[in-house]
Amino acid sequence: MSITSYNGSALIAMVGKNCFAIASDRRLGVNFQTIACDFQRIFKIHDKLYIGLSGLATDVQTMHQRLQFRHKLYQLREERNMRPETFASLVSAILYEKRFGPYFCEPIIAGLNDDGTPFICTTDLIGAKQLAKDFVVSGTASESLYGACESMYKPDLGPDELFEVISQALLASVDRDCISGWGGIVHVVTPDQVITKTLKGRMD
Amino acid sequence: MECLFGFVGDGFALVVADTCANQSIVVQKTTEDKITCLDSHKLLGCIGESGDRVQFSNFIQKNMNLYHFRNGIPLSTSAAASFTRCELATALRKAPYQVNMMMAGYDKRTGPCLFYLDYIATLQKLNKGAQGFGAYFILSLFDKYYQKNMNVEEALQLVDKCIWEIGTRMVASPANYVIKIVDRNGARLLARRGRNMSPNLPYAKIS
Repeated sequence: MSITSYNGSALIAMVGKNCFAIASDRRLGVNFQTIACDFQRIFKIHDKLYIGLSGLATDVQTMHQRLQFRHKLYQLREERNMRPETFASLVSAILYEKRFGPYFCEPIIAGLNDDGTPFICTTDLIGAKQLAKDFVVSGTASESLYGACESMYKPDLGPDELFEVISQALLASVDRDCISGWGGIVHVVTPDQVITKTLKGRMD
Repeated sequence: MECLFGFVGDGFALVVADTCANQSIVVQKTTEDKITCLDSHKLLGCIGESGDRVQFSNFIQKNMNLYHFRNGIPLSTSAAASFTRCELATALRKAPYQVNMMMAGYDKRTGPCLFYLDYIATLQKLNKGAQGFGAYFILSLFDKYYQKNMNVEEALQLVDKCIWEIGTRMVASPANYVIKIVDRNGARLLARRGRNMSPNLPYAKIS
């Protein structure tokens, strides 16, 4: 089994009208054995910036700690939060530092700019950034996720509709992948609030 | 064929490990304690490569002591688990420790907790978990019989079910086990179980 499919993961981020949604599955497994159904893959960097990390669980946790450290240092020095584009460049740089011994994780970054416009991007495991205007996906179920998102996505959705679309896309895709799933969690972020909901899916 | 498992009960956490030290086909020792008391209210059960197991668990124990000595208060269980994960993660891409662990502890404010720690530094807080080949059998038994807030008697019955299952269905299963508990009174040995007990040890036999 490949190292990136050792633990299993599925992540989506989608853009809506002045909002974004980021969703992940909750399974932590070791090859085909399931260890936990509440593994955290999406991390809050600040109120308007979230990062989801797919791939090897240990590198997910290490990357999260490193990024949290860098962002807190940035906050102390600059006395403000990082903009999403800046953060994406930071993630890309940190991953490329390990070009010949990489972290086996593929992040998706989702944030709201100061003017309220949403920003999403993904990178591969060595930091090649890909910006997108509609959705980004990552994880072992990524092929299914691309198909589900492509067919279900519509531009300029409001927060409630966006939640519906991203949840259905996630649940449909993880049901086709044996090493991801076991529930889901969705964060819908608007300029005023963050709504977090857990999804009850097939637990198998 | 080592086994390590644990779960959280009503105000306590239990860790069970086998006590067999093997070197290829030879059973060197059947009373090897694989669960270290990190401090008064923490247990670290550790299985894997024997050198790494002993060295790493002692290393973590001494670091817990050092923190307490320097700062006057002990680390919380989640902080201890996080520290252990960081040590494993730092060593992972240099000289990895090949140890799988379950860390259990009792904190005054948050109560008992259990952490699963992989050899590649995957950390997860759990109510029930298992490591090693025994996990394939034990996790299914947990799914069926584990309930939240079990008392110590019910917990021991579940442990006995797990030990019986491993003994019956796993090839080269370990003969003896040690059960340690951590609750508000501290971390201590609770019981031992097994076949082929040394005649000098006053432990109960299971049939």
